[in-house]
Amino acid sequence: MQFAFNEDQREIQRTARELLGRRAPLERVRAAAEAGAYDERLWDEMVALGWPGLAIGERHGGVGLGLVELVAVVEQVGYALAPSPLLADVCAALVIASGGSPAQQARWLPGIATGELTATIATVRHGAAAPMPDADRAGALVFVDGDRASISSAAAVERDAWASVDLTRRYARVRRAADEPLESDVATGLQRAEVALAAELTGLAQRALDVTVAYVKDRKQFAHPIGAFQGVSHRCAEMLALTETARSATYFAAWTADADPEGLAAASSMAKASAGDAARRVAGMAIQAHGGIGFTWEAGLHWIFKRAHADAAQLTDADEHRRRVARLAAQRLRAASTQVAA
Amino acid sequence: MDLGLTASELAFRDELRDWLRQSPPGPTPLEERASFDHRRAWDQRLHAGGWAGVHWPVEYGGRGATLVESAIYNEELARAAAPPPVNVIGLTLAGPTIMTHGDEAQRARFLPPILSAEEIWCQGFSEPGAGSDLAAVATRAHQVDGGWRITGQKVWTSFAHDAQWCLLLARSDPDAPRHKGLTYFLLDMAQDAVQVRPLRTISDTHELNEVFLEDAFVPDAHVLGGVGNGWRVAMTTLGNERSGLVFGKSFQARILLDRLTALADERGLLEDANVATRLGELHIRVEAVRLTAYRNVTSEMQSGQPGPEGSIIKWIWSETDQAITEYAVQLLGIEALDRDSPWAFELLRARGDTIESGTTEIIKNIVAEQVLGLPRLR
Ligand SMILES: Cc1cc2nc3c(=O)[nH]c(=O)nc-3n(C[C@H](O)[C@H](O)[C@H](O)COP(=O)(O)OP(=O)(O)OC[C@H]3O[C@@H](n4cnc5c(N)ncnc54)[C@H](O)[C@@H]3O)c2cc1C
Repeated sequence: MQFAFNEDQREIQRTARELLGRRAPLERVRAAAEAGAYDERLWDEMVALGWPGLAIGERHGGVGLGLVELVAVVEQVGYALAPSPLLADVCAALVIASGGSPAQQARWLPGIATGELTATIATVRHGAAAPMPDADRAGALVFVDGDRASISSAAAVERDAWASVDLTRRYARVRRAADEPLESDVATGLQRAEVALAAELTGLAQRALDVTVAYVKDRKQFAHPIGAFQGVSHRCAEMLALTETARSATYFAAWTADADPEGLAAASSMAKASAGDAARRVAGMAIQAHGGIGFTWEAGLHWIFKRAHADAAQLTDADEHRRRVARLAAQRLRAASTQVAA
Repeated sequence: MDLGLTASELAFRDELRDWLRQSPPGPTPLEERASFDHRRAWDQRLHAGGWAGVHWPVEYGGRGATLVESAIYNEELARAAAPPPVNVIGLTLAGPTIMTHGDEAQRARFLPPILSAEEIWCQGFSEPGAGSDLAAVATRAHQVDGGWRITGQKVWTSFAHDAQWCLLLARSDPDAPRHKGLTYFLLDMAQDAVQVRPLRTISDTHELNEVFLEDAFVPDAHVLGGVGNGWRVAMTTLGNERSGLVFGKSFQARILLDRLTALADERGLLEDANVATRLGELHIRVEAVRLTAYRNVTSEMQSGQPGPEGSIIKWIWSETDQAITEYAVQLLGIEALDRDSPWAFELLRARGDTIESGTTEIIKNIVAEQVLGLPRLR
């Protein structure tokens, strides 16, 4: 048993961390967000590294790696707050890859894998789709309604820009003129997409923690670095605990997706719920630990906080995931007790 | 990343499962004396079957189990509803500390009867004036001909009423700096100079004791790790204490939560979205403890040291255990507070989780200072 990235996976993680560290420092994130634009050069590099197609099969022109490798990259994208359409793109691709018929896969996945088109995804409530990230540029739009999903091409939708507080991505309200249902295993695709969301959320939590630890070592009040006060230091310890448990659940779910698919329903819900909670709470605690400066636009903690809330709101919310976990546990226990009785 | 078990790990698990099927532990009696006898007999059966102290090296009678195998071992024993070993202090604290710091004679004398549960151990660290601040230990050791005379008081000493031996931390040099004046002794409890008095705990069980020492004698041969070196030796003990027990405990928490979930399901309570949400959250927390403990096993096997996640495991387990027992009593209502209800017992016992083996606040201090590198006030 080895519950850590292997050498290849670490290499992928390192590449992502270095590229994003260079290309997406906080000033660039801010500049892009305030301009309402993505860093197109960064996106070109991501495409050149094969990230959009990392977990798409080779027969569709992807790299053919697993969810663990994808999670290694997406976590770093979250850590960097990279202004890019990657997250929605890979989430939509995961749903198409599991949920699409062979013909649907062949139609959509090759373009996504090569970066020729981007894809996006949103949930539908009462017939209307929630605001979709990156819909303005997307060539494939996936709509999730309960356990069903459908897909539209860009030509078959109308979109109006929608202003979110999360400026690190662009959103639009989308109306479908025509869409076609995805005909295969949509549920698994959604579960895999939740794991990708959990990875970005884990990266956001880690970023909020790192920024805060650096700040509280430096900032002095009452003649001491504030990190020496337990009200602050114990908060930081709690931020670490939230981040690490979210990471445990996320990596486990990613491994489960490819190696133990039976366990994915529970594992993906655990990952999304714990990473969603962790990122939102740690980002909020980061603002608190910075005092007044944390409340300013300039300090930039709000980028993490907003993106954490936006990611956590994608697909299924944390409480519904908790209910799923409870129902799956009850099912497991019922199955075990009938086994004993038989 | 590969969370599957290797062929040899699977073989280890299956061999243990087979053995447990053939010699099941049986129910642990509720009454304290009977429970102790049952648990000791179980420790001895494990030993006879070659399943005691699996994490000990082969040369000391263990199986030299890897950390993963130890984790499997603890999970399987919990799954089989085996009682925790009565000699838990001997197996997880005394044994490894004596292996690390003991001389040949000490290893030969003390290790075999720990493994066989013939000699039960207790841990005499805490004192009325030295709890979280362990270096404040004031029990005095005076050198005499051939050994040491020790006077003072220990408190919260689990198992002292059943123990033959005690891991005793005492001050041998009051003039040395706090951490330097301590010596670690292996104290024979069977002497008049050692008086054990029971403490009544919140769960109304006899688990803890006070230990009074009035010129108790320890021969030179039973000083562990050298005079004045007690702090270092004690750190070895504490390191084993915080890492050694978590797998079994987190699995016990899981079993408790499964029992509660099945009860809620039988009564149709999961239809209530609030109940399902709360129970789901507890399942997520229990699983996070287990997964984080496994991640830490990999860190330790790869680098020889626990990772940053290692230091939080005991803390998050203890708070999760408390949350489960509190919610159980809320959900099941006043019936769960029946004096003989296992839920009431678990609710009360869980309060000790965040105090024993280092309080949660002390763990947070350690995480802040040693993992995050934050400055300390002092
Ligand atoms: C069930 C149980 C079994 C035990 N078994 C044993 C045993 O077998 N052998 C043994 O030697 N001991 C044993 N102990 C004792 C245990 O190790 C101590 O109780 C523990 O270390 C706390 O010490 P204390 O009780 O003196 O509390 P104190 O140290 O007085 O702490 C009181 C409160 O103050 C907080 N506090 C103290 N210092 C700080 C600080 N620097 N920063 C922030 N908060 C702080 C603590 O977290 C706690 O909440 C056991 C305890 C329990 C509950």
